[in-house]
Amino acid sequence: MEYPSPAAANYWGIPGRTLFALLCLLGTFCFCWIIARRLKPLARAQDDPRFDRPLARLRNVLQYWLLQWRHPRYPLAGTLHLFIFAGFLVLAVRAFAMLIVGVSATFVPPGGPAYDVLRAYAATVVFAAVTAAALRRLIAKPARYQPPAGSGKGRPADAIFLLGLIGILMLADGLIESSAAAGQARSLPALSLAWLLQQAFASLSSPTLRGLYLGGYLLHALTFFFLLCYRPFGIQFHVETSLFTIYFAKLDRELLKPVRWGVPAENLDRLKSLGVKSFEDFTWKHMLDFYSCADCGRCSDQCPAYAVGRALSPRFLTTKARDYSFRHYPVLGSAANGTPLAGNLYSEEEIWSCTTCGACERECPLLIEYIDKIVDLRRGLVDDRRVPQPLQKPLKALEVRGNPYGKPERKRADWANAEVPVLNGADAHQDTLYFVDSITSYDDRIQAIGRATAGILSEAGVHFGILGAAESDSGHDVRRFGEETLFLALRDYNTQAIRRAGVRHIVTSDPHAYNGLKHDYTGLPPVEHTSQVIARAVRTGTIRFDPLANRNDVYTYHDPCYLGRHNQIFDDPRYVLDAIPGMKRVEMSRCRDRSFCCGGGGLALFHEVKEDERMGVRRVRMAAEAGANVMVTACPFCMVNLEDAIKVAGMEGQMAVIDLVELAAQQVVRQAVLPALGKGVN
Amino acid sequence: MDILVCARKVPDTAENEIALNRAGNDIERDDLVYTVNEADNYAVEAALQITEKFAGSVTVVTVGGDNDDDVPRREMAMGAHHGVLLADESFNGSDGRGIATILKAYVQRNHFDLILTGAQGEDGAAQVGGMLAAMLDYPFASLVSSIEVLDGGKLRIGREIEGGNREMNEIDLPCVLSIQTGINEPRYVGMRGIRQVASIPIAVLDASDLGLDTAPVGAVAARVIRTDYFVPPAGGARVLAGSRPEIAEELLEIVMSKRGLS
Repeated sequence: MEYPSPAAANYWGIPGRTLFALLCLLGTFCFCWIIARRLKPLARAQDDPRFDRPLARLRNVLQYWLLQWRHPRYPLAGTLHLFIFAGFLVLAVRAFAMLIVGVSATFVPPGGPAYDVLRAYAATVVFAAVTAAALRRLIAKPARYQPPAGSGKGRPADAIFLLGLIGILMLADGLIESSAAAGQARSLPALSLAWLLQQAFASLSSPTLRGLYLGGYLLHALTFFFLLCYRPFGIQFHVETSLFTIYFAKLDRELLKPVRWGVPAENLDRLKSLGVKSFEDFTWKHMLDFYSCADCGRCSDQCPAYAVGRALSPRFLTTKARDYSFRHYPVLGSAANGTPLAGNLYSEEEIWSCTTCGACERECPLLIEYIDKIVDLRRGLVDDRRVPQPLQKPLKALEVRGNPYGKPERKRADWANAEVPVLNGADAHQDTLYFVDSITSYDDRIQAIGRATAGILSEAGVHFGILGAAESDSGHDVRRFGEETLFLALRDYNTQAIRRAGVRHIVTSDPHAYNGLKHDYTGLPPVEHTSQVIARAVRTGTIRFDPLANRNDVYTYHDPCYLGRHNQIFDDPRYVLDAIPGMKRVEMSRCRDRSFCCGGGGLALFHEVKEDERMGVRRVRMAAEAGANVMVTACPFCMVNLEDAIKVAGMEGQMAVIDLVELAAQQVVRQAVLPALGKGVN
Repeated sequence: MDILVCARKVPDTAENEIALNRAGNDIERDDLVYTVNEADNYAVEAALQITEKFAGSVTVVTVGGDNDDDVPRREMAMGAHHGVLLADESFNGSDGRGIATILKAYVQRNHFDLILTGAQGEDGAAQVGGMLAAMLDYPFASLVSSIEVLDGGKLRIGREIEGGNREMNEIDLPCVLSIQTGINEPRYVGMRGIRQVASIPIAVLDASDLGLDTAPVGAVAARVIRTDYFVPPAGGARVLAGSRPEIAEELLEIVMSKRGLS
């Protein structure tokens, strides 16, 4: 028998059409009201130009939203999410059609036999996936869903409740489908949720089936609108916002957000305040990020600061801001003006704990941005003169002397023993600048990396020179620690010096300088990291390597954050290593874009953050677990942190660190004119 | 409360490699970077914290050369309200008593409830604060490590005593205090802050502006004259050997023997 449509049925004396029309109106009104309130802080937020390059943005939507590109990085949770997401997409048409069926007795839902089969299995898969996800939360309890220590207990009920609602929605759908099919003796796709229910309903009477049909319909409509209006109150909001978050995601990940969009650097002095101090100082996109976080915990799971017990959890950085927004911009009642964030919502320790390694951003399935927010918060602290004491001295030294150690400018080239020409712009023969930067210029240990760089560049046939005393710190980490004004001064100084040198290429062995010159500076000749230059020289046969003397050594390559994750240079260093005869190389479980930060570079060396264990110690242990006894890195700061870590971990004699250029200079078959420089390896 | 902080410029020991000059009676100053004396920053911070709580103003004064207006300016970038430079040819070469005499003249032409100095100049003798107090006939406390404002024109101040002990004192306003480093965490002075006060004029007062008889100031009047300057031979470094507990024990013994712990 054919059932009357819900629109034509009676619910406790109320015509179905009236009931569902009212439900639709009420649900839609509530949803629109809530969304309008949620948009309110975005309207008060800072500007953020994200409306350019629609094709690139649509490509992101295709890759990261529709194809869920990053989800399989966590195989189990990722697969479950893929199923739920795909099911939702399939069922979206059905869900809206069902709403119309409630108010129109003549409406025929779109689709056909193929869609009917597809959606029956989609509902089944979603139901199974949410059940599995709920069980996983209840029984397996993965650690990354737990809140950071000292931040109260986790709230698994939130996630379970949401998963339960989705499950009910699927059950309601199955109920409608199966009761109708049972009444009509129509067969359903075998083993689908509706099919299973149909088997269970086989013996029920026709009026009962009719009741189940209409009841299922009401349950579906109620659950649908409840979910719709409940989602903007928590992690489930990402169902609505993720599409926009991904569309408006930052396209130029390598560029740091300017202090304020639309204000050129030379006008910064005119701004009354710099950085993020109150919630409304965030940009609207950053607020959208807060709404979109699904609390999946992948950012914090990858965060090295969180791993070693620092006061930072990127996940909580976001969810705390979201809760703050909900508190201060409530759905009912007036919006309250915010308190300063630092010292209230975020501790200063928390804001200074980030090494800007980028592991969180690389992992987030929704492309949520973290570094820009951290740097903006730091800019706010710097502007309020709240800078940790240990950072004040190096910052002042950078202002006065152009290096964080406060050493005299005239000693900047001492490492080179006067064997590297200082560029004066007159000699066109030297077309390449080796940008040394402060740590390689002044640190006793790291100067060896400078000498090795000079040696290997000579072997590779590069005609290069240095700026000598005219070089200043690149300011890369000055900027990331929030001191934009000082960074701009350093940048302008270096830019002039580099232009005067009249070179056509820039090379550096310091990934921080590399990233800075390449992305923070403008109008410079192309910049390369030495690993790229060496890899090319190996490819073209310009340089060859002697076999390793000790064949028992097992090497592992540690990806420096600013070479790997931030600039995608993963393969060149490995290519160089594998070109050395006798090289035995293993990978750490965390490598390439999941590399684990050594503790941070630049000013991070001066800033001891409260932590349970050093990041470097953690990293050295990872190398040992991988079976290596020599770590190769390609960053002077990694060298400092890892060598310290080996001592702290008591692993001297069991683990060694060498820079890629040091190893290359040590193994290269010598031909060139600067033999002395290559011998700087300790 | 209106507070005066006396600050001055010293060679920045953190950012210089100090070497002796040829005559051996001073350091080589050609390649030096100068900065505000570290302890003076703590004094300014202490003053700012008081005025943030109890209203009032902070004035920073320095005795120096014509180009030394960057000292009060840097402290204004920190948040001080006014900056004054006391500069006159006749001030050059003053000893501690001479500097105190100049400062006294400035204080007497103004009104301050409280005068702070750093505990000691990095190249100084920790003498100006005490002399200034004596000349003004104000009470004086040195090496102050905490300040609490009491009712009735009094302060409760803490002082660190040798061996890590502390004593608390009550002192009447107006008074002079020399501020120990570590009393607070001085706020950061960034380039932006310095630029924002770059165009604010700093009052420059000379001897006649101060109504000062120059006889007791300057090189001629100085009664303390430096005759030699040298770097004493280094005490030598040792590398401790042995197991970790042994090293720790030995280290502890050394520290105890130098009375570093009590």
